Amino acid sequence: MSQYELDAKRLLCPLPVIRTQDKIKQLQQGDVLTVTCTDPGVLQDIPAWCRINGHKVLETKSDEYEFIIILEVGE
Amino acid sequence: MSKQIKAVSLISGGLDSMLATKAIMEQGVHVEGINFFTGFCVEGHTHAIRKKDKDKPKRNNSLWVAETLGIKLHIIDIIEEYKDVLINPKHGYGANMNPCLDCKVFMVKKAKQWMEENDFDFIITGEVIGQRPMSQRRDTMPIIAAESGADDRLLRPLCAQNLPLTLPEREGWISRDELFGFTGRGRKPQMALADKYGFKDYSQPAGGCCFLTDESYSAKLVDLWKARGTKDYELDDVMLLKVGRHIRPNQNFKVIVAREDGEARFLQGYKKNYINMNCASHRGPLALVDGDPSAEDLHVAAQIVARYGQGRDAEQVEVMIRDLAGNESTIQVKPLAKDEIPKEWFV
Repeated sequence: MSQYELDAKRLLCPLPVIRTQDKIKQLQQGDVLTVTCTDPGVLQDIPAWCRINGHKVLETKSDEYEFIIILEVGE
Repeated sequence: MSKQIKAVSLISGGLDSMLATKAIMEQGVHVEGINFFTGFCVEGHTHAIRKKDKDKPKRNNSLWVAETLGIKLHIIDIIEEYKDVLINPKHGYGANMNPCLDCKVFMVKKAKQWMEENDFDFIITGEVIGQRPMSQRRDTMPIIAAESGADDRLLRPLCAQNLPLTLPEREGWISRDELFGFTGRGRKPQMALADKYGFKDYSQPAGGCCFLTDESYSAKLVDLWKARGTKDYELDDVMLLKVGRHIRPNQNFKVIVAREDGEARFLQGYKKNYINMNCASHRGPLALVDGDPSAEDLHVAAQIVARYGQGRDAEQVEVMIRDLAGNESTIQVKPLAKDEIPKEWFV
């Protein structure tokens, strides 16, 4: 299992979802990806995309300006 | 054991593609969704940028549709390839800068490519004859099938009974009797079918989720092309056309003035790419200057920015200007009065 980071700041949905999707294609099952965004829409969209595609959201964090989603790559 | 038939469905996030997909799933076909991001499918963008909208729940409708249907969704970035569709549409534009027919041909063509790469059997769309004035007409729907190369592997379940037989029907993969014969702009048959399937809270955006169907947005895009003397754009242009007041005092420059804090924060991200300014002596908005302004033009831009700050009634306002190298300078200007900004300057 490895840890990866993805900077999706300044991107508006669905681009953070697309970048997450493309990054995960390069990862292995069990890898953990931390995605940092500035569009609050990701708090709904990335978890929805994960549920559809079999990945697991481990944690979401946010302050006024940044939204961080940590997910584990599924099968 | 017979082969599992698989279809790829163009999911827009609206009701029609949701119903079309469900209709085929009901017939035992494995369906996965595909959604194309052109850069102009920006229904959530204003919402994401503007501070006043922050508390409203927001969702991506295509993801919501896929999750409701229980299917996978593949979101494909086609921003670069889409430029040629928008800039050189073979079939022209609709009421605004919307190249709907070329757009649909392009998307079905991309879906066909995906279908072949992933060993799927046919393509589904939520199109209905007569639903849209350009791409969903009896005479234009065959053009989409032919020019995309999808031909009879393109199935429109909601109006299939009014169209020639397709391959999935001929091969017996699906039953034509369980498809539909919807026509026209009315929504009652779709709403009845949604009710039958138990779909609630679905999205029905007027004109779809494409900003190219929006008159005001299209005017800003045309203005951009005219000012630059070329029909080209980058994703940042597409995004910035959604934000702020766009004021063009002259062909060689325009000023983008944030209307509230959320927009100002969004524009902050572009400070390295544009000359930018804000009031230094009073509270006021951040503004970007797009183009190639002279020192005199920057003075006018500063007067405009001062107009939208709290010093609008002051005799003099100090405005901080940052150039592309990040060098800062300040100038003193008299804010323009409301009637000193001609209506024609507003894009």
